[in-house]
Amino acid sequence: MNKTENNKAWFLVLPVFVLVAFSAVIPLMTVVNYSVQDIFDQNNAYFVGAEWFREVLRDPRLHDSLLRQFIYSFAVLAIEIPLGIGVALMMPTKGRMASLCLILLAIPLLIPWNVVGTIWQIFGRGDIGLFGAALNGLGIDYNYASNPADAWATVLLIDVWHWTSLVALLCYSGLRAIPEAFYQAAEIDRASKWAVFRYIQLPRLKSVLVIGVLLRFMDSFMIYTEPFVLTGGGPGNSTTFLSQTLTKMAVGQFDLGPAAAFSLVYFLIVLLVSWLFFTTITHMDKAK
Amino acid sequence: MKMSKRKTLGISLYILFVLVPIYWLLNMSFKTNEEILSSLTLWPQHFTLANYEVIFSDPSWYSGYINSMLYVSMNVVITLLVALPAAYAFSRYRFVGDKHLFFWLLTNRMAPPAVFLLPFFQLYSSVGLFDTHIAVALAHCLFNVPLAVWILEGFMSGVPREIDETAYIDGYSFPRFFVRIFLPMIRSGIGVTAFFTFMFSWVELLLARTLTSVEAKPIAAIMTRTVGAAGIDWGVLSAAGALTIIPGLLVIWFVRNHVAKGFALGRV
Repeated sequence: MNKTENNKAWFLVLPVFVLVAFSAVIPLMTVVNYSVQDIFDQNNAYFVGAEWFREVLRDPRLHDSLLRQFIYSFAVLAIEIPLGIGVALMMPTKGRMASLCLILLAIPLLIPWNVVGTIWQIFGRGDIGLFGAALNGLGIDYNYASNPADAWATVLLIDVWHWTSLVALLCYSGLRAIPEAFYQAAEIDRASKWAVFRYIQLPRLKSVLVIGVLLRFMDSFMIYTEPFVLTGGGPGNSTTFLSQTLTKMAVGQFDLGPAAAFSLVYFLIVLLVSWLFFTTITHMDKAK
Repeated sequence: MKMSKRKTLGISLYILFVLVPIYWLLNMSFKTNEEILSSLTLWPQHFTLANYEVIFSDPSWYSGYINSMLYVSMNVVITLLVALPAAYAFSRYRFVGDKHLFFWLLTNRMAPPAVFLLPFFQLYSSVGLFDTHIAVALAHCLFNVPLAVWILEGFMSGVPREIDETAYIDGYSFPRFFVRIFLPMIRSGIGVTAFFTFMFSWVELLLARTLTSVEAKPIAAIMTRTVGAAGIDWGVLSAAGALTIIPGLLVIWFVRNHVAKGFALGRV
C-alpha cells in the first residue's frame, strides 16, 4: 500500500484518541494507582510498591483459575475453528438459501450473554429442559449444577453454540472472495477435494481466520456472564475463570489493591498471548 | 451431486443444533409456570400469552428494552462518527506513531471488562454520569471503537487511491469528498461495522449493569430480578429472553447481503 506521509492525519485520529483515552487510559491509571497502594479510606493510602503483585502472583486462586482459563480457551479454539470452517464450507453459495442460513447462523451472536446463560440454564435442566432430560433419558447421569465435569462441559458447549457462527460467518465471507477461476483451474488439474481445500481455500481463509482466532481467544479468555448465570462459578470452582475470580475479589471482598494487581497481570497475559500469535503469523508471512 | 446432498444434511444438522435451544426458550415462554414445572412437553399444551402481557404492561420491564436500545444506538452513532475519519487516516496516510497507535487501539479490545469495572464506576460517578445512557454508550466504546477502526480500515484500503486523487483534482474539499463520494463507496463496510458494534453493545452485560441503577438499567440486568420468593418465574424469564432476540434479528435482516461481502474486502 503506497501511503503518503502526512502528519495532519493526526487530526482525523484525534477524536478516537481522546475518546479512548477517556474510556481506557484514565480507568487504567486508576487501576495502576490502586495496585501499588494500600488504601484504608480517602485520606489513608500507603505506597506498598510491588507488594500486591507478589501476593497475587503467589495466590493459588490465580494459578488455578489461570490454568482452567488456558485449558478452556484452548478447547474453545480447538473446537470452534475447525467446526466453523466446516460449517462455512457446507453453506449454500448463493440465493435465498444462503441468506437464510446466514440469518439463522447469526442468531446466537445477537442474544445478550446472560440470556444465552438463561437459555442453557433451562435447556440443560434434567426436569424442565430438553437437553438435560434427553441425556438423562439416554441413561447418562447429567447434572450441570452438581457435577463439576458436566458443568465444565456445558459451559464449553454453550460457547460452541454461541460463537462457532462467528467463525463460520468470517470463513464464509472469505470463501466468497475466492475467484471462480481458481476452482476452474483446479478442475483442469483434476485436483482432489482435499487439495482444493488445502491449497486454494485454506490459504485464502488465512486473514479472516486470524481475525477469528484473535477475537475468540480474547473473548473466551474474558468469559464471565455465561458461567455466572449458569453455575455461578461452581460446583466447587470448576467453572470459575479469571474474570469470576477477579470480580469476586474486587466487588465481593473489596480487596482493591490485590484486585488491581490481578487486573494488570490479567490484562498483560491477554496482551502477551495476542501479541505472540500476531507476530508469529506476520513472521510466517514474511518467511514465505 | 452426492456431495451437495451431504453438505445440505450437514448444514441442516448444524442449524438444528443452533435453533433447538432457542425453540425451547420460545416454547417455555408460551407456557404457564405450572406446566413448565409439572411435566416436559415438546410444545405448549395450554398456550398462553400471559408471560408477554406481564412484560408489556409493567413499565419496570419494558423500560429495560427502551434503555438498552437507547444506549446501543448512541454507542453505534458515536463509534461510527469517530471511527470513520480515523480509519481513513490509517488507510491513507503514514504519520508519526501510526503503527503504535493502531496496536494500542487494538489492545483496548483485549482489555477484560472485569478489569475496568471499578474504575469505570468511580470515573462516571465523579463526572455525574452514573446511571445515564450516555455513560454506558461511552463505556462500550472501549471495545467497539477499536473493532470499528479495524474493520473499516480494511474496507477503506480496498478502495483505490485514484478515486481520492481524482476527486481532489475535480476541486472537492476533503469533508465534501468524504461524505459525498467516499462514504457511499464503503456502504457495505459501514453496514458490517454497524452490525458488529450493535452486536457487541447489545449483548454486553457486565459494564452496563455496573454503570446503571434505575434510570438506564438494561433489560439484561432487569431479567435477573425474576428470582422471587416463590422461586424463579421461568415463564416470564423466557418471554423476556425471547424478546431480546428481536432487535438483533432486525439488524441482521438489514445487513444480510453485506455481511457475506463483508470481510472479504477486509484484511488484517
